[in-house]
Amino acid sequence: MDFSVFFQPAFSGGGIYLDWVFSGIKWTLAVSIFAWIIAFSVGSALGMLRTTPLMILRAPAAAYVELFRNVPLLVQMFVWYFVLPEILPRAAGDWLKTQMPMPEVSNAILCLGFYTASRVAEQVRSGIQSIPRGQTDAALAMGLTLPQAYRHVLLPMAYRIVIPPLTSEFLTIFKNSSVALTIGVLELTAQARQISEYTYRTFEVFTVATVVYVLITLTVTVVMQRVEQKLRVPGYIGSAGK
Amino acid sequence: MFSGFDFDVIQRALPYMGQGMLFTLGLTLLAMIGGIVLGTLFALMRLSSFTALSAPAGGYVNLLRSTPLILVIFWFYFLVPLAVKKLTGDPYAAGLGPFHSALIAFTLFEAAYYCEIIRAGIQSVPRGQVFAAYALGLTYRQSMMKVILPQAFRNMIPILLTQGIILFQDTSLVYVVGLTDFMGAASKVAQRDGRLVEMYLFAALIYFLMCYSASYFVKWLQARYNVGR
Repeated sequence: MDFSVFFQPAFSGGGIYLDWVFSGIKWTLAVSIFAWIIAFSVGSALGMLRTTPLMILRAPAAAYVELFRNVPLLVQMFVWYFVLPEILPRAAGDWLKTQMPMPEVSNAILCLGFYTASRVAEQVRSGIQSIPRGQTDAALAMGLTLPQAYRHVLLPMAYRIVIPPLTSEFLTIFKNSSVALTIGVLELTAQARQISEYTYRTFEVFTVATVVYVLITLTVTVVMQRVEQKLRVPGYIGSAGK
Repeated sequence: MFSGFDFDVIQRALPYMGQGMLFTLGLTLLAMIGGIVLGTLFALMRLSSFTALSAPAGGYVNLLRSTPLILVIFWFYFLVPLAVKKLTGDPYAAGLGPFHSALIAFTLFEAAYYCEIIRAGIQSVPRGQVFAAYALGLTYRQSMMKVILPQAFRNMIPILLTQGIILFQDTSLVYVVGLTDFMGAASKVAQRDGRLVEMYLFAALIYFLMCYSASYFVKWLQARYNVGR
């Protein structure tokens, strides 16, 4: 055990190895947060579409969920990074290959975002479906249009009910961001591996990486528990499936 | 869009991809069995009223569930050879090879997730069943083996199988330690022949077909035999 390795001058870049760890944390968080923005917005839209009475809206959303849920994340990562630029029209493909800023990071964010959107969609759908049908009927009977019923009645309830499962989806994105290392994003796991290759201090380096992951997970869990307590719907305690 | 698509490269790679798929299925099956057995033990420990049993199991499950799978794979890829050297006392021990490291990593990782599923399953059995078993004079072991676990497992079959499908997808991550599973085989052929588009799309298609039909089967099972309700 020799944790002084983190204060040794790094192999390249001028700093110490601790700087590499912080850089890894920065990219892990950046990828997770931007991917979560995509996952949350696309997933919410899809989840809503899956509960509408219109078949023409439900079917494509269902197809999306099945497609993205049934292909491993690693395969999707490679499809975004290696395959997409080749099968798009030439101009778009060339832009992806040569002009796109930070291609690895951008692709990882898009891939993780659209992958997790399918899981968020299922949570949002089950949240909306857990609201008694009477609420929709009442809203429509009062003269609200269907979009208004979603906006003012169903969604405000549904989001409060699905906070716990959405928290665990965010933690899943956070852990899954390590898959981005396969296309060359230097996030926390990749940095840990790189430092261990330069210093042979594998045990110490992996321990620090694991502790960082656990600490961030714990922080998110505790903060979200507070939020959930504040926003809990009376009468719905513990009713949302995890 | 598919004008330059080379179906021939897929056809030539089929036997190699088939071996990769056997590897993937073997790893999935073994890790699933090991994960369910270990997960049941952890679940019983977590539900125990002895803190000496429930606390370590809870700590283990929470630790593994907040660590990314790739990091766990790297951990065991590094730890297993060290452990073998320690256990055999031979500094030049050949080790178990990357397959066994991966198998151990997946088993221990999945055990944490199966533990939570099985714990919920055991808790879903009405408490009256436990009391009735004890009232009949069954010991803890007998009441678990003969009364609680059979009912719990019947309820859990769909979730256990769904977790198995997730595991099947996750085994593709052994790519990071260079093992030749289905995805590893696809990427090796892709890089050797410079045919990334064909190989990755083919891999995605096969994974999709297998996972989609498996999850359809789980739904059918649920509806047909009314398990998991």
